[in-house]
Amino acid sequence: MFNKVAQSDIKALESILPGRVFKGDEINEDYYHDELGTAYGIPEVLVKVLTTEEVSHIMQYANEHLIPVVVRGSGTGLVGGSVATNGGIMLDTTLMNKVLELDEKNMTVTVQPGILLMELAAYCNDHGYQYCPDPGEKSATIGGNISTNAGGMRAVKYGVTRDAVRALTVVRPTGEILHLGSKVVKNSSGYSLKDLIIGSEGTLAVVTEAILKIIPKPEYAISTLIPFNSMAEAISAVPKIIGAKVTPVAVEYMSQDVILFAEEYLGKKFPTHDSDAYLLLTFDGNTKEAVTHDMETIADLCLELGALDVYMIDTEERSTSVWSARSAFLEAIKGSTDLMDECDVVVPRSLVADFILYTHEVAEKVGLRIPSFGHAGDGNLHIYLCRDGKNDEEWNEKKEKAFDLMYKKSREMGGLVSGEHGIGLDKKEYLYEVLGKEQIEIMKGIKKVFDPNGILNPGKVV
Amino acid sequence: MINIIVCVKQVPGSNNVKVDDKTGLLIRPKTGNKLNPYDLNALEVALSIKDQKEASVKVVTMGPPQAKEVLNECIWMGCDEGVLLSDRVFGGADVLATSYTISQGIKRFGSYDLILCGKQTTDGDTAQVGAEVAEHLGIPHLSNVMEIIEIDESNVTVKALQENLIITEKIQLPCLLCTDSDINTPRLPSYKRKKNMKEDLIKTLTFADYEDQNIYRYGLKGSPTQVQKVFPPERNHNSQVFNGNSNELAENLFSILSEKKFIREA
Repeated sequence: MFNKVAQSDIKALESILPGRVFKGDEINEDYYHDELGTAYGIPEVLVKVLTTEEVSHIMQYANEHLIPVVVRGSGTGLVGGSVATNGGIMLDTTLMNKVLELDEKNMTVTVQPGILLMELAAYCNDHGYQYCPDPGEKSATIGGNISTNAGGMRAVKYGVTRDAVRALTVVRPTGEILHLGSKVVKNSSGYSLKDLIIGSEGTLAVVTEAILKIIPKPEYAISTLIPFNSMAEAISAVPKIIGAKVTPVAVEYMSQDVILFAEEYLGKKFPTHDSDAYLLLTFDGNTKEAVTHDMETIADLCLELGALDVYMIDTEERSTSVWSARSAFLEAIKGSTDLMDECDVVVPRSLVADFILYTHEVAEKVGLRIPSFGHAGDGNLHIYLCRDGKNDEEWNEKKEKAFDLMYKKSREMGGLVSGEHGIGLDKKEYLYEVLGKEQIEIMKGIKKVFDPNGILNPGKVV
Repeated sequence: MINIIVCVKQVPGSNNVKVDDKTGLLIRPKTGNKLNPYDLNALEVALSIKDQKEASVKVVTMGPPQAKEVLNECIWMGCDEGVLLSDRVFGGADVLATSYTISQGIKRFGSYDLILCGKQTTDGDTAQVGAEVAEHLGIPHLSNVMEIIEIDESNVTVKALQENLIITEKIQLPCLLCTDSDINTPRLPSYKRKKNMKEDLIKTLTFADYEDQNIYRYGLKGSPTQVQKVFPPERNHNSQVFNGNSNELAENLFSILSEKKFIREA
């Protein structure tokens, strides 16, 4: 149903983007897969865009000639969302990486989609502001974050990407440019198409500009690392922490084995690794006194709940020694095995402990190593299935069995398939199981309205 | 019982203290003060010895009364007691007067086996005080210590990085060691220890407690160094840009890294 990219198409694309069209060997192999590497596809042509108008011209051309298009940022996704599984055009936004405006009166920053999360964070920081979402993968682009509605570690207090996007400029697969939302704080003006685009994984439109909410940077932050005798004890403390009427910025959990992988991967020791399980909490605010008070309230509570101690992380270097390891967990687990697959299931916060304990049961039942870490404070878990040298047949069979069991359990608990990594190619069947036919049909209808020829990121999400 | 003393300092809360180009004055960060990060490595060495052997760890600092904060922090990390050397007479000291003041303070504590210092401070950056304290006390000292191989009540065996080589040295106690910054990951202060601390474990020594009452050995009066001007260091942004496909880029990077001896062919 799609057309292959012909020599005449390459010529046409070159006339739109002189010098920024690549094909064959000119396309680096990195573009064939994403971070997890289970999905694979070779784009027939790679184009690097600079402006909204260029994107519009490309989409018009592709739509007329029925050539599939996949939008690509840094390629740090984990579900195959940015992989060109149907060949066609890969539209790379990484050169569109500028900050266009800092509006201090409306507290917004306007950016192009290719800016990296770490660049955006540094820009805001330098100007005394904070962009609130804080996903672990700092080299992801903001466009990628918008496409999966990335969450990250500060979600407990500050919400996810959707909560931070005020407006988007997007290009429909048919080439029209739309301005969705605005700098306004409130909005009750019709269906929120902006929110529909966020989390649509590049299947509805191409984001070419985003207006993001920023806040004055909190003056003071302190983290605590809290050791527990067991994962069950650690996670059971979380609902009580959340209920203590003190809102931490982040509530992360980590197990001893994951910490040991990170130590090996980074070649650097973690400040402590003697306990089976840890919670990592952050508090922020504008005065040291207020933040210390919040920290001590929760510290006392945790000690009552059986915490072995509460370690204080109050300086740059202490923060680095802990958070750099936390940021390396994914890579560290990846380094501990030959291949892995992941599940970023999200369950109600009150059931996180039960779910994690269930993954231990699944690991034993299926015979796979399943380490995990994640955002205990918002119920979003990152669970990794490690291949550990198994042959293809055994791996696929065990993996499928483990996924089936875990997604089934999550469904029973009222959870959803993905908290922040998205559905992409890999998790479609589980999405269907959770949402059911009717919702999927509505989604397909929406897709059809935006993209009548189905050329934008075909085969993903629905 | 091994008696260990760790020397620490309170420094500005941010590692990026800026200097005003015109006035040459330090622009104090909003973040307050903290324990010099390099001292944390020395503390960790001391506390690891205490984890394994019968040892006591005393921590000492020279500074204004608020420097007591960092001594308390050391106690929360696991030290047994702290001593603050504080007196107006000690103010304005250069490295010579500072090291003399610390050494004379240490003499008042009684016996000790091992003195540990960090590599340097983040505000002074001289890396001289440790060695000078040892000289004033007349004990052996070694810098850039990367590993404590063995310690007992008479000797310590260490690995230390020298300019072009790593040496292993057995040193008789008492001695002074300055730790390298990569030697360990320091432990974190414990809220539980902080909460359970019933008594004040910090003692203050003033000039009046000192044996040597020659005022010209201390503070500004005892400092032969005169600061002419303070200015930010020049920043060097030499960079080299390579273009090409990934194989060419990898080749370029490999040849530079091997040329600089960061890597070698297997």
